[in-house]
Amino acid sequence: MTNDLLFDFTVDKATKTVFITREFAAELPLVWDAYTKPEILDQWWAPEPWASKTKVMNFEVGGRRFYAMVSPEGQERWSVQKYTSISPKTNFKFYNAFADAAENLELPGSEWDLSFSEQEGKTKVTVTIYNESLARLEKMIEMGFKEGFTMTMKSLEKLLATLSQK
Amino acid sequence: MRRDIFQAIADPTRRAIITLIALQAMTPNAIAENFNATRQSVSKHLRILTECELVKQEQQGREIYYSLEIEKMKEIDKWLTQFRKIWETRFNQLDKVLSTIKKQNK
Repeated sequence: MTNDLLFDFTVDKATKTVFITREFAAELPLVWDAYTKPEILDQWWAPEPWASKTKVMNFEVGGRRFYAMVSPEGQERWSVQKYTSISPKTNFKFYNAFADAAENLELPGSEWDLSFSEQEGKTKVTVTIYNESLARLEKMIEMGFKEGFTMTMKSLEKLLATLSQK
Repeated sequence: MRRDIFQAIADPTRRAIITLIALQAMTPNAIAENFNATRQSVSKHLRILTECELVKQEQQGREIYYSLEIEKMKEIDKWLTQFRKIWETRFNQLDKVLSTIKKQNK
């Protein structure tokens, strides 16, 4: 799908924080639902070829989403997201941790903060992920995305420029 | 001592040093001339970069030249690219889901 929607992605290793901003060509209530209703979340949360499977989800402060990322071979990687704050259609926060199938958490986890705003029919979502440990950040990408990458001096410069903005 | 490669890029002066020596090998004095920093502080940063295996040293006559280990830089880039890729894929999927729901609601 080609589009001119904003996508901004930066990793600040010094503060162990990832910042992601993305626009969507839809009105805010729909985008909000896509992030907060399990039946929609499961349709997009897992990057292909993985699948998302939500076992439990109570979207309320103190509630949780217990879900798995399922590999094409059927291997399940469980996570729990505990909702710590919800301002309807504006912002929500959760604490995310990897878990086993019995919901025993693997700590430390990460703190997620998602903000929603609408402008001219487009909805902007800003995601901030703070990780207590760098090792955990690395585990987040242990999902089999091994593709070749040819680096040119140009992309190195771009990378450095992105990093030095922080 | 072995350090985390990400420690190397956590500091703005070290990032600037990396950018400088990416273009050509330089001596610590030449590097220091580009900064408002003492020779000692540049040496400290170079030591950390060396420990992270991001730079290599080469003796030429009396001078030591520092240059960038491009292969090691690729590690960082590859890691970030993979992580970014996950989100790209995820968001492209969400675009499709949103457009499907919008059509259904019409």
